Amino acid sequence: MTTSAAGVVKAQPWSDPSARPYVEVDRISKSFGDFKAVNDVSLKIYQREIFCLLGASGCGKTTLLRMLGGFETPTSGKIIIDGEDMTGIPPYERPVNMMFQSYALFPHMNVEQNVAFGLKQDRLPKHEIQERVATMLELVKMSEFAKRKPHQLSGGQRQRVALARSLVKRPKLLLLDEPLGALDKKLREHTQFELVSLQDKLGVTFIVVTHDQEEAMTLASRIGVMNHGEIVQAGTPSEIYEFPSSKFVADFVGSVNMFEGKLIEDEPNYVRIGSPELGCTIYVSHGISAPPEAVVWAAVRPEKIFMSTAAPQGSTDNLVRGTVQDIAYLGDLSIYLVKLPTGKVVRVTQPNTSRHAEAISWDQQVYLSWDATSPVVVTR
Amino acid sequence: MVGITGRGLVVALPYLWLLLFFVVPFVIVLKISFSDVDLAIPPYKPLLEWVGKNSLAIKVNLNNYAFLFTDPLYLHAFANSLKVAFLSTLMCLIIGYPMAYGIARAKPSLRNVLLLLVILPFWTSLLLRVYAWIGLLKANGVINNVLMSLGIIHEPLTMLYTPFAMYVGIVYSYLPFLILPLYANLEKMDWQLLEAAEDLGCRPWQAFYKITLPLSRNGILAGSMLVFIPAVGEFVIPALLGGPNALMIGRVLWDEFFSNRAWPVASAVAILLLILLVPFMMWYQSAQARETAGAR
Repeated sequence: MTTSAAGVVKAQPWSDPSARPYVEVDRISKSFGDFKAVNDVSLKIYQREIFCLLGASGCGKTTLLRMLGGFETPTSGKIIIDGEDMTGIPPYERPVNMMFQSYALFPHMNVEQNVAFGLKQDRLPKHEIQERVATMLELVKMSEFAKRKPHQLSGGQRQRVALARSLVKRPKLLLLDEPLGALDKKLREHTQFELVSLQDKLGVTFIVVTHDQEEAMTLASRIGVMNHGEIVQAGTPSEIYEFPSSKFVADFVGSVNMFEGKLIEDEPNYVRIGSPELGCTIYVSHGISAPPEAVVWAAVRPEKIFMSTAAPQGSTDNLVRGTVQDIAYLGDLSIYLVKLPTGKVVRVTQPNTSRHAEAISWDQQVYLSWDATSPVVVTR
Repeated sequence: MVGITGRGLVVALPYLWLLLFFVVPFVIVLKISFSDVDLAIPPYKPLLEWVGKNSLAIKVNLNNYAFLFTDPLYLHAFANSLKVAFLSTLMCLIIGYPMAYGIARAKPSLRNVLLLLVILPFWTSLLLRVYAWIGLLKANGVINNVLMSLGIIHEPLTMLYTPFAMYVGIVYSYLPFLILPLYANLEKMDWQLLEAAEDLGCRPWQAFYKITLPLSRNGILAGSMLVFIPAVGEFVIPALLGGPNALMIGRVLWDEFFSNRAWPVASAVAILLLILLVPFMMWYQSAQARETAGAR
């Protein structure tokens, strides 16, 4: 999200070359024996960002987060937080706090004591601790549960206590490990927005680890997609979605149709791709950099494909005919799986804009077409 | 008519066992403790006596108990037993806690091996192990011989028949009783809690003190009671290793019963010992109850 509650577009510090990053991950690697969990990762994260590390299980995102928190030591590379090299520093000496996936609330202390724990460690005066704990519990709406023990709380309530505990020390950087994983769908959606507004109010930099791309898209100012211990692409949610740099990213975030083909024409302002599996040529209205006759993939998102029962007029590029094989009705939109004569199945989504629209049904012959600006060409 | 269900039958069996082998003997000992001593077999007068045709006299002699409270020997023996048991428990904790902690934090594959090593001594008889200590600690024993041959000492150390030897014997024998319940408690701990504590500013030893220790309280209590309660009445180890000055209540009871043939007094000692230990047993029970209640 790049718009604050006031409707003002936030500055994008990552595009400003003079901006100093708050967290700098400099060529970090971590190996466990022979296994390379994190492989030469470099990142720049700026203040007040919500940066999401997105990836499947085992891609190294949690290991990277733990290194940022000080729970693992990197095999090589540096971690710089607010200008200071924090690479070997243990967690109790970092100005960083972490919210664990399992919440890790202390079972022998009640909610108040859990939240006050970090402040007591800092030896703050008693009345100040009481004040800050009360304010924080108010913020996460847990004031009436102050005297309860963790086992007397629901999952969502425990999550809020964990959040309060990690924010009460006013860290400049907060690490969150799958913060919404244990919540049900409705609660998750609600908490996503609460999290963003809380972050905005407190001005804390968040680094979130998640495998849920919807969560990443909602929360993040920027996303870093990880695979096999490497960052394959980092950018804003719309950049990642509309301009994926590889097949992996295109496929991982959202659904996508991948059309394999070979370059027929390669000009600075357009390319033509011949795709036998599609059965037509793809005309893309921007240039790409690839060797001649290279095998490329054109990625077209399902919502960008037009579906009609009548043949559209115009060029034969970006146009195929097929039969509707499957329909999934999701209320707000419908997903159509259209089988082409070549055997390829194309996924098309259409919003159900009208309640009484003429519905396209199974086994119907349809024409699929898309705009020349819609495909994204990836070369790997 | 009470319906006898299969389940009722199964539960009745342990109750019957308890009745036969605990309640009945306990009542017999209680009865003897209230009797007069007699030069007969058995060496005590009966509790109930027929006086005349239809009257039954119950003679409850409380002298035996009074005697125990007046003679300083018995009070001293009780106090010493408590002291020895307490110190032994403390030493078991100091040695056993790190061991239990180490096993709980070891790799799962290593853990089983370590547990086996702790339990292994139980596969030999207690008496044999105590005799082994005699062989180690005596003036002509293994330890003294090794130290002499290395030139570290020139005269053998007196270790056997001292309180030191008794403590060594008790701590060695009872250590597994502390380690196992404590390990069972520590093994269930969520180690990520320590990471959370460190994240919030605790150094590792502070995290141990504030998180691990309080959470292992039930394990500590259970293990301590399993050492303390039997150690109070311990007889064999003080007798074999402790020498004449190791005055424990178990020894006193033995002397009264076998040497003096004063069954009533000996029984009174036994009953008093039981009463003394009841609060500790209740403490243990409450710790166990909290442990199982806390297990989510």
